[in-house]
Amino acid sequence: MSAIETPRVPTPAIARPTWLDRVRARPNVRTAVAAALPVGFVTVLLFVPYVLLLVQSFWRLKGGAITHELTLENYQRLFGTELYPNTILFSAGVAIRVTLFSLLLAFPLAYLLAFKVKRHKQLMYMAVIIPLWVSYLVRAYAWKIILGQSGILNGLLLSTGLIDHPLTFLLYSRWAVILALTHIYTPFTLMPIYAVLEAIPPALKEASQDLYANRWQTFRRIILPLSLPGVLAGSTFAFVLSMGDFLAPQLLGGNDSALMVSNLVWSLFGVAYNWPLGAAVSVIVLLLTISLLWLSTQVEKSMNYAGESASRDRREVGMAGRGV
Amino acid sequence: MTNTDASLDLDKLTRRHETFTMPILELRRLTKRFGDFAAVDDLSLEIAAGEFLTLLGASGSGKTTTLRMIAGFEPPTSGDILMAGIPIAALPPFKRDINTVFQHYALFPHMSVRENIAYGLRMRRVPTEEREERVGKALAMVKLEQLGARSPRQLSGGQQQRVALARALVNRPRVLLLDEPLGALDLKLRKEMQLELKHLQTHLGITFVYVTHDQEEALTMSDRIVLMRQGRIAQVGTPRDLYDRPASRYVADFIGETNLLPGTVVESAGGAVALRMGGVTLRGLSDCLLAAGSEAWLTVRPEAIALSDGAAPAGHNAVTGTVADAVYAGSALRVHVTLPGGRRLVANVPSGTVTTPGAPVTLTWPIEQGRCVGD
Repeated sequence: MSAIETPRVPTPAIARPTWLDRVRARPNVRTAVAAALPVGFVTVLLFVPYVLLLVQSFWRLKGGAITHELTLENYQRLFGTELYPNTILFSAGVAIRVTLFSLLLAFPLAYLLAFKVKRHKQLMYMAVIIPLWVSYLVRAYAWKIILGQSGILNGLLLSTGLIDHPLTFLLYSRWAVILALTHIYTPFTLMPIYAVLEAIPPALKEASQDLYANRWQTFRRIILPLSLPGVLAGSTFAFVLSMGDFLAPQLLGGNDSALMVSNLVWSLFGVAYNWPLGAAVSVIVLLLTISLLWLSTQVEKSMNYAGESASRDRREVGMAGRGV
Repeated sequence: MTNTDASLDLDKLTRRHETFTMPILELRRLTKRFGDFAAVDDLSLEIAAGEFLTLLGASGSGKTTTLRMIAGFEPPTSGDILMAGIPIAALPPFKRDINTVFQHYALFPHMSVRENIAYGLRMRRVPTEEREERVGKALAMVKLEQLGARSPRQLSGGQQQRVALARALVNRPRVLLLDEPLGALDLKLRKEMQLELKHLQTHLGITFVYVTHDQEEALTMSDRIVLMRQGRIAQVGTPRDLYDRPASRYVADFIGETNLLPGTVVESAGGAVALRMGGVTLRGLSDCLLAAGSEAWLTVRPEAIALSDGAAPAGHNAVTGTVADAVYAGSALRVHVTLPGGRRLVANVPSGTVTTPGAPVTLTWPIEQGRCVGD
């Protein structure tokens, strides 16, 4: 009867590192292996096309054929006529309106979701986000069905006797485009705003009220300033995405759609067969967008109390939006 | 000249006395229910002006809910809160002459330290000149004169804590509520801040209502402690009251370290109680009504117990057991003694005492050092 029984299982030998262990132990190698695929993907599918686009914008169109002679003609033509700058400005105008309307819808909704809704919060949030899973094309097309001459809205108005003839101005105008884009991009605006509002500790609101600020003062001096990074991120989403939008103007814009920059680029690459000029317009819009993203990131950085995640998301979405 | 001075002093003294006796806050049958759960259950309490009152309790005892009702963040289910006799339960927090130091400070991250401190004065539309002066003084009070322009994020935990304190005190509230303000600080800093807070409170004469779960902190700082348990008051009293004269087993166990010996009451008259435990009769004092035959506990603090090898002196309780273990704790030697029946007692004895594990030992303590309590 020994006091302690000797275990039967033999003690395992001390392990020696294999070559795989040695590779894994080197962080540089690990990073390289992990990054190879995504970096390759981005290089081939994003970086190379952008470089090609840039190169092409300096090519010359001679007698209907694209030559590889380098020239500044495309840019001279672009800035020489009023058409192209005006198109860019018009698109920006549409995008600004979409941004404003999206903000007006998204901010109160995000505020309600973050602070007032207590039960089924996740469900309500999903209700806002789920439409994003529906194909963009379907959502844009739905507006055609709603706004069309024999569409749902006209049918409703006719049946109530408010109008005698179907309204024709509803569809095929920049307002139809703005309406559809607002509908499509409001969730994008809502998400970052909701995220920042959710992240505001309830104690800050209480502290403000504890220090004699009423509800409105608390909103103006605490909630609103702290939500600005999200508002900025959301606005940038809405602006960049709707400025580069192609389908909604094509489907709903009618004659106005020709005034949107994406559709212009599309026709330059298509019917007009002027790829170099199309590339030049793309490059200018790309530069504008990048500077906007840079600017909004800078502004957000100055609000140093906010997290940096919002700005990173924005850059990604912005670039994706530009990849028409 | 001496005459007028004396009368002035007397005047001051009486006024101070008056303010000290009139309750600045009164909680009347305050109740807060969340669904079926009563977080605070029929709580009545008077808080004197200038008092440092601590709400002490385990988590879930209702201390923070009580504080939040006083601040106005949580409407009471029933009952009333009176401030200097005026019912304030219906007032929103921004109309109450009360400020709060929050648990995690709740400093506004988009404002500088100065702006944080000035916030309350700005909301009250205090003229700029006066505001600046008061903010400057508040910064000096918490020794942060140099850091006014910093963002709260650039400050250490202790400094943030001071800003939170200055932000509340600059408004000269009648009552300051503090919700575990030192909870996030490390031990050394916490001890320093305890003394500093107490000093500040005495100096300013502002009523402090302080919430903590740390009984040591409560004992160090408070004029009075309200020990809460399941939404009710377990005991109210000075730190000495709670430590020396616990009203129940729960209080004795919660405050400080103690030995609890269960027994049956065999005799109870005039505050003196005799308990039968195993084959021994132990005597102790009691403020509670303990009927003969009921189950009760005798609580005795480790520092009251002495080791003896002979008979107990007169007026002492004595139990015998064997030494199980002796742990050196610097200023004292903590001797664990096993009694017949398996129960253990801890005695703190001078660290020079020599004990042998397994050796029989007699523990004695004066009868008046033991308190007999119900559950």
